[in-house]
Amino acid sequence: MQEKANLKELIVISGKGGTGKTSLLGAFASLAKDKVLCDADVDAADLYLILEPEIKERQDFQEGHKAIINLDKCTECGLCRDLCRWNAISSEFIVDPIDCEGCGVCVYFCPEDAIDFPIKTCGELFISETRCGPMVHARLGIAEDNSGKLVTLTRKHAKELAHKRNLNLILTDGPPGLACPVIASIAGATGVLIVTEPSLSGHHDMDRVVELANHFQIPAYVCINKFDLNLEMTETIEEYAQNKGLPIMGRIPFDPLFTKAMVQKQTIIEYDGSSNASQAVKEMWERLSSSL
Amino acid sequence: MIISIASGKGGTGKTTIATNLAVALSTEVKLLDCDVEEPNDHIFIQPEITHTERVSLKVPQVDMNKCTLCGLCQEICQFQAIVVVGKTVLTFPELCHSCGGCMEVCSEDAITEVDREIGVFESGYRNSIEFAYGRIFVGQVMAVPVIERVKAAVQPGKINIIDAPPGTSCPVISSVKNTDFVILVTEPTPFGLNDLKLAVGMVKILNIPHGIIINRSDLGDDKVKEYAKEENIPILMEISFSRQIAETYSRGKLLIEELPDWKEKFIHLYEDIVDYARKS
Repeated sequence: MQEKANLKELIVISGKGGTGKTSLLGAFASLAKDKVLCDADVDAADLYLILEPEIKERQDFQEGHKAIINLDKCTECGLCRDLCRWNAISSEFIVDPIDCEGCGVCVYFCPEDAIDFPIKTCGELFISETRCGPMVHARLGIAEDNSGKLVTLTRKHAKELAHKRNLNLILTDGPPGLACPVIASIAGATGVLIVTEPSLSGHHDMDRVVELANHFQIPAYVCINKFDLNLEMTETIEEYAQNKGLPIMGRIPFDPLFTKAMVQKQTIIEYDGSSNASQAVKEMWERLSSSL
Repeated sequence: MIISIASGKGGTGKTTIATNLAVALSTEVKLLDCDVEEPNDHIFIQPEITHTERVSLKVPQVDMNKCTLCGLCQEICQFQAIVVVGKTVLTFPELCHSCGGCMEVCSEDAITEVDREIGVFESGYRNSIEFAYGRIFVGQVMAVPVIERVKAAVQPGKINIIDAPPGTSCPVISSVKNTDFVILVTEPTPFGLNDLKLAVGMVKILNIPHGIIINRSDLGDDKVKEYAKEENIPILMEISFSRQIAETYSRGKLLIEELPDWKEKFIHLYEDIVDYARKS
């Protein structure tokens, strides 16, 4: 599908978990106009808890295969156990579905054709309406894999929806971490907002996601959440960001209002738009939206 | 005894629990940081590293002098990591899961495996505590092989404490699998509860005894406690929000060093876990 030439996609990431990605993205959802919302943290999706989407379309996410040995045909020759590099096949010739990598080597070599290899349903994808605009979100099945591919699919649907509705912005909540799902979340994005916190851990983890954004040549912006929990560290991180040439979008104070808003299923802007925290978020959004 | 610490939601305090528990127990203990994407335990432990090794995956290398372009390698590969294009064979190492299928199926012995480095494993100690962790290289996709390397350092006979990454998918499963007890660290918020439920679903599939620690227990609502009661999951510890704790954490310092009362609490936590693990 052809994308709108000026479609912008902002991904909120952090490296370290729990820095406030989803609360901030929810606040942006209250402030930004004409956008699609996207939750790419598919193995712990939380944005729906604030935005209460009304699901309009739902589809199964099918990806990969799992081996299942048909014991009626199996002669227990043991070739599959010798070949399996994940030790996923027990001495009773039962495949552990969690250990099975879905490589199909056992299926291919079984001399009795005794191993089935059905496609797996690993999760669900939803296209919804919320009070803040349309939203694409997903749920990875518990203990399932292929989260990166579900992230990619979720982003693809968000782009299609933006195109269909003639919207030029996608706001995406990314997962924590650095590997598969994060890379799937940011590849090809217009920009990433790195939400960090003033701690040695926050700084360490941010340094790694900054390197990741550079690796994929994606412009990165920085926000320091809960900045007043350690002012000295906030200054250290800001200095680091300046040295790296990363634009600082703002500081957000630590404020239990974020939690109170979440409990009420509201964004902080909806819960108390005149609070200091809301003001800081509004200023940050203005800076960010004009930088994108 | 192998105790793993997981959470579903990130930033709930896994690292705080793992590092303080290890240091409170102080002897016969090994701390293993399996959050190889964003490891943090070393910041708090400040270990002396005595061993460093590269973690690599086996990926195919094709000898085109032997290859007959039969295409069987492409056919067996489930991950599109090896493809015959014209008169050559292309490999995509970053897509390869190292199953060895292509090498096995090649009748010309044209495929060998070479190492592709994806991260680092390090181990060392702090006083009497043994420490190990892994770090995936920036830009690498697969965390699990690095996690597996860290887990290979588990020492039977010791108290092994495994700090898992956030989430509920493959890296977490790989971290908590085959452990004797899972501590699920959460916060009493809608996000905390939602992700706790996913994490409980995961440990139930793995069939591992588990309990809950509620961090910042006074910032939120009562729904985590109600859920724990309904599901009959023990609450092992509650930690109220305090700026002093947050500030201690931010400087990379241990709670039990700055607030010595906590040392006893962590020792009790371990004793409770031993009891729960034995009962189930």
